[in-house]
Amino acid sequence: MNLHEYQARELLRRAGVPVPPGEVATTPAEAKAAAERLGNGKVVVKAQVHAGGRGKAGGVKLADTPDQAADVAGRILGMKIKGLTVEKVLVAPAAQIASEAYVGVIVDRASQSPVMMVSPAGGIDIEEVAAKTPEKIFRLKVDARYGLLPHQAMGLAFKLYSDVALVRQAADVLQKLYRAFVDAGASLAEINPLVVTPKGEVVALDAKVVVDDNELERKPAIEALRDVKAENPFEVQAREASLTYIKLDGNVGCVVNGAGLAMATMDLVKFYGGEPANFLDIGGSSNPEKVVAALRIITADPNVKAILFNIFGGITRCDDVANGIVAATRQFAVKVPIVIRLTGTNEQEAVRILEGVGLKAMTDMDQAVQKAVEVVKGGAAA
Amino acid sequence: MSIFVGKDTRLVVQGITGRDGSFHTKQMIAYGTKVVAGVTPGKGGQTFEGTVPVFNTVADAVKATGANTSVIYVPARFAADAVFEAADAGVRLVVCISEGVPVLDMTRVMPFLREKGVRLIGPNCPGIISPGHAKVGIIPGQICIPGPVGLVSRSGTLTYEVVYQLTRAGIGQTTCVGIGGDPIIGTNFIDCLEAFQADPATKAIVVMGEIGGTDEQNAAAYVKEKVKKPVVGFIAGQTAPPGRRMGHAGAIISGSSGTAAEKIAAFEAAGIAVMKRPKDVVELVKARL
Repeated sequence: MNLHEYQARELLRRAGVPVPPGEVATTPAEAKAAAERLGNGKVVVKAQVHAGGRGKAGGVKLADTPDQAADVAGRILGMKIKGLTVEKVLVAPAAQIASEAYVGVIVDRASQSPVMMVSPAGGIDIEEVAAKTPEKIFRLKVDARYGLLPHQAMGLAFKLYSDVALVRQAADVLQKLYRAFVDAGASLAEINPLVVTPKGEVVALDAKVVVDDNELERKPAIEALRDVKAENPFEVQAREASLTYIKLDGNVGCVVNGAGLAMATMDLVKFYGGEPANFLDIGGSSNPEKVVAALRIITADPNVKAILFNIFGGITRCDDVANGIVAATRQFAVKVPIVIRLTGTNEQEAVRILEGVGLKAMTDMDQAVQKAVEVVKGGAAA
Repeated sequence: MSIFVGKDTRLVVQGITGRDGSFHTKQMIAYGTKVVAGVTPGKGGQTFEGTVPVFNTVADAVKATGANTSVIYVPARFAADAVFEAADAGVRLVVCISEGVPVLDMTRVMPFLREKGVRLIGPNCPGIISPGHAKVGIIPGQICIPGPVGLVSRSGTLTYEVVYQLTRAGIGQTTCVGIGGDPIIGTNFIDCLEAFQADPATKAIVVMGEIGGTDEQNAAAYVKEKVKKPVVGFIAGQTAPPGRRMGHAGAIISGSSGTAAEKIAAFEAAGIAVMKRPKDVVELVKARL
């Protein structure tokens, strides 16, 4: 789960990282009032969306006066950045900056550890720094059992600054950032830029935190930060039904058990000349209600011209899936053809249940996928 | 022959009285796995299905029964501690089926296991089966038959699909390992390739990969250098969009890395025969046995 910048800033502020003041606004009037409360000086107005490249998209603007802040906020609010509508802006004082650095911590797959990263070349996209000037990024593998030790933080901070007063401040930020990362259950936490003000203070100007979805169950305070409005409504609906759904642009709706098989099914649709409309994993031990929810979500996508079920029964029982399909067709009209492949646990019962309502089931994955592709192309009836 | 589990496996089930644990323990016993103990805190002294003694701790179970392998069916938030407990109790192999284990928990588990010299398979995996000998986990036994193919996969049901295709064509398996779909896992492709290369009964190896990370690329480099047996591969997720988690926590294309195209190219460069469809496994393996 991605946090908004203003949420990430608040998380770091509570962890003791120096973060300048800032307020969230949802209307130009609120943005104006926020700029006034921040002292009537120059402010920066920043779009709060789950997308990178906000600056390039025109989602970050400076304003000299509160009236200008209202004007700028009016232009940013409602703007679309990478398909996401901007519902909120962050209003913060425009900082005076003496230097910009990058500091971050990620969970690194290769070393199976948290890795701290710092770079004196902050302020720009860190992936660009990594690609162009990799020698400017310094990494440290952290033993998660002990956390980031003080001398390790100092060692990294010396890569950023030579003045020991700044080094001590930066080391303190690194340790607090690491602690915030662990406490939030994050897979990434970064400050870019970490700046030095003309007064010699080390301050976090921007913050990004991505939380591991698997942590949310035990961290209700973090889950409460979820901004449902900033997400695709069908993906929200799917999550509430314990399904994993990702909308794509094709027209063959897919309902599959298991993520790997779901991806392989989408690939096979493409292989036979079709385009998948979605990724949808109904998971293991699925009950009929999940299948009903899946069909409700897929049939709401106007692009979908056929629905393909691919079920390999293991923990998932084929008869549960069949009962779900039948229940769904009773609850609402499924206007597009359904092609069903199921094999494995309780396959015979499933076939009987489906035949009872005039639906046929196949046992071969390739045949079913080919059939679904033919159906959307208008070649055959399901 | 087989890898990691076989005739010598003496299994303790952590979470034996839970819904998933009890269901799958019955299946494992029916398959012929030597399930010697179960663990559920507070239920020590009971017996599961009249045959398997239940203990309060894994340490008690190991001491009383000589269990050498553990399988974990506990809820995700307790899974990391269950792995620590098993490793501390002295088992050599831990198979963690639980799905949804926080990745930071795994960053603490892995250095501990390395120091103890304990192998973990998973988490978030279907487990492992050596057809005819033992199954540890949830892979349906009836879709497997004994034979010469070693199979390793990051997914569950996709593994079943491919194993089933092989079995229907009369091609059996030495061992099928589901290593799991999380970013941090205990056993990776290379560990399995090394074991299959060393296993005299394994004549060909099937590697089922997917988008995200670089494990497949590393596996390809290892195959090129160290594996003398024929290898057949598959990569799921060619139609997956970048930046989106495709169900598995580890299946994310980040930036330009971790794509299916990149992994397929790495496989091909290492001489791995790449399936275009899961059903191609039959022809590609047959031609190489």
